[in-house]
Amino acid sequence: MRVWRRTHLGSEADRATFRTLHTASLASPALREGLTAASAQRSVRHLRALLGTPALAVTDTASSLAWDGEGDHHEEQLRPLVAATVERGRTHSAGRSELRCEVAGCPVRTVVLSPLVVDERIVGTLAAFAPYPTAGLALAADETAQWVSGQLELAELDATRTRSAEAEVRALRAQISPHFIYNSLNAIASFVRTDPDRARSLLLEFADFTRYSFRRHGEFTTLAEELRSIERYLLLEQARFGDRLQVRLSVAPEVLGVAVPFLCVQPLVENAVRHGLEGASGAITITITAHDRGSEAVIEVEDDGAGEDPERVRRALAGDASLDSVGLGNVDARLRAAYGDGHGLVVETAPGAGTRVVVRVPKFAPGVQA
Amino acid sequence: MQGVPGLVALVAVSLATLAIGSYGLRLSRTTSDFYVASRSVRPGLNASAIGGEYLSAASFLGVAALVLTSGAQMLWYPVGWTAGYLVLLVLVAAPLRRSGAYTLPDFAEARLDSRRVRALCSVLVVAIGWLYLLPQFQGAGLTLAAAVGAPAWVGAVVVGLVVVVGVGGGGMRSVTLVQAFQYWLKLTALLLPAVVLLVVWRGDGAPGVGAVGDGWSMPLGAGERGLYTTYSLVLATFLGTMGLPHVVVRFYTNPDGRAARRTTLVVLGLLGAFYLLPPVYAVLGRAYGAAPDDTLVLELPRLVVDGPLGDVLTGLVTAGAFAAFLSTSSGLALAVTGVLAQDVLTGRSAGGLSGVAAFRVGASVAVAVPLAAAVLAPDLSVARAVGLAFAVAASTFCPLLLLGIWWRGLTGHGAVAGLVVGGLGSAAGVVWAVADGTEGGWTDTLLAQPAAWSVPLAFATMLGVSRVTRHRVPVHTRRFMVRLHTPEVVPLDRG
Repeated sequence: MRVWRRTHLGSEADRATFRTLHTASLASPALREGLTAASAQRSVRHLRALLGTPALAVTDTASSLAWDGEGDHHEEQLRPLVAATVERGRTHSAGRSELRCEVAGCPVRTVVLSPLVVDERIVGTLAAFAPYPTAGLALAADETAQWVSGQLELAELDATRTRSAEAEVRALRAQISPHFIYNSLNAIASFVRTDPDRARSLLLEFADFTRYSFRRHGEFTTLAEELRSIERYLLLEQARFGDRLQVRLSVAPEVLGVAVPFLCVQPLVENAVRHGLEGASGAITITITAHDRGSEAVIEVEDDGAGEDPERVRRALAGDASLDSVGLGNVDARLRAAYGDGHGLVVETAPGAGTRVVVRVPKFAPGVQA
Repeated sequence: MQGVPGLVALVAVSLATLAIGSYGLRLSRTTSDFYVASRSVRPGLNASAIGGEYLSAASFLGVAALVLTSGAQMLWYPVGWTAGYLVLLVLVAAPLRRSGAYTLPDFAEARLDSRRVRALCSVLVVAIGWLYLLPQFQGAGLTLAAAVGAPAWVGAVVVGLVVVVGVGGGGMRSVTLVQAFQYWLKLTALLLPAVVLLVVWRGDGAPGVGAVGDGWSMPLGAGERGLYTTYSLVLATFLGTMGLPHVVVRFYTNPDGRAARRTTLVVLGLLGAFYLLPPVYAVLGRAYGAAPDDTLVLELPRLVVDGPLGDVLTGLVTAGAFAAFLSTSSGLALAVTGVLAQDVLTGRSAGGLSGVAAFRVGASVAVAVPLAAAVLAPDLSVARAVGLAFAVAASTFCPLLLLGIWWRGLTGHGAVAGLVVGGLGSAAGVVWAVADGTEGGWTDTLLAQPAAWSVPLAFATMLGVSRVTRHRVPVHTRRFMVRLHTPEVVPLDRG
């Protein structure tokens, strides 16, 4: 229970600090979206409260984005002042000569403009208006502009993070491991003299496999398409490993039409083949099943190979790229993004006990279409 | 001795169902038959499955009894139950498949982009499912009472338990194959005895059925009320089929819209073939003076043929009837469970259950409620309860589907208003039937068969409210319409 007596709020100075911090916290969510007309509109009121001036404007590098307070007939006069600020790159003030006004009692007589800087680049200005120029106002405006710049830099960081996640998806789509290409071509080459027909059909499978993996459009595909790509992949791997790689497949035909994120099962099979064969000396069996569970399809990829330390899998799922688990974390992230946190990968494994990866895909989710 | 064939039939059907369910999944060990193993369900098989799920107690037992008691005019029931698929074929099947929706609430959400409409549709799915499950359990009680001589509630509880175990335990690994098997079992279980009985009937000198009136041209009673009742029944059955939750989810199994249409076409043929048989039983029942109630189909073989042959035939029809309850109740329970588990038990609110637990609890609730109702209110006629389920479906989901697929102007507000009006209107009929109102006169007629006024009313409300709120048309409507109506072979950016 938060019951404080008044004395606990501290002295007048303390309370002023609290008020200032609170006002700042009101302005920051909007600013964290970056500098746009909408975010400027929502934050300008709080910024003016912070500075206590009769009027305040937030501008980009050309003109005003949002104005709060009196005297907004001066908004048009900001253009040359903003241009001057961008040119100088530091806080400066301007007086009546630049802010000509016919209105009696208009409080906008002088202005202090401070640049907003993100990544050492000026993206806009903060223009604080007052009846008289004071050194205090210039100082406060400068400090506020620096704080706003900090928030905008954080926004830039968020945007960068989103862009890098998107790039990661694009990278995974184009990610056929160089080893796989090299090994496949080598395996095919070994059949060219002994079994030319097989070599030819393997080459065609290889061509189809790469075409599917490199396709550009569509974030989702059907489970049937994904299984077809897995079939080609396994044919190529079997050409290389021969009897060491056994495959079992059991698919309920009811779920073949389910829309799944593009390349969300194939990396799991690739992972099972690589890590299953890595530690095991004999043959391994990969089992792929897809079951119908009412409103969901349950897809399982299981191998009876060497298994894995659960802790390493946990780190791979958390996105540790050094672990070389082909796209496990990436698939997990994309499943969560498409269907919500309840639909991430479930990995059951232990050293020497094989690995099973379970994917649960709803038959229908808003916005998901093959 | 009396109950032996029935018991044998029950056990055989249960075992066959379980065996096919676990064996049916195609397993491949080499990549060479990978392609075969991952081939989608063919329209013929899928149609058999729809037939198996759709032909319920009302079809297997009810139609013959209705025709026996009330004459040829009762053939409107099977005609309507079949013709519903014609409407489905022409107007709904392919676009519904292309929408990517699995259930009716899914379709509503995808089309109207509204959680509210989805919630309302979920409530309606549960209501229709329960209303349709109720007569299945009653029929099961009836069948077991006739076959084994058990009290009426035993059959209901047995079928209820089997369904809860089957659905909740996820025991059915290959649902399509099981349901398809059930269709052919039901067809055989009616066809073989019918052939034998007809041969015996010829041998007995083909006893006549007495005078047949010209009642079929004035079905369901003479005069204006009869005409109204006929049209109301026709409307409810023609338009209600598309709103049955267990039928709609089966369409998802089709790989594309074209396959959905082909499946529906085959369903029409399969149902047409099946519905030829119950009238044969009705005619023979009249010829041999059978008791006019829902057990006609079960009693007739013993009545006509004595000795072991009669026992075998009795066993066969009992097996068919049991398959009818099992398949329809499983399909319905699965549909209701899905909605309960997805929209109620694992809500975004705190305290939601995990996936599997929610599914099990959902299955129990889905079966327990109609089971309790069936045990407590055993008097509601099987065909009447099914008729009301159709009326509710026709008054709610039919306008939603038809306008959602064929009219760009539908809004979320319009859909909610139409669903509420249609749902309340047809629910009045349900309440009237449960309260056993038999006042006579137009009130009774209008409430006993609400479809003729509640369906147009729901359409009008949906249209009107959508026009008033036309600025609320979802932004993605045009894009969604293109997706619904463009064949999959047309290269198009559907994203």
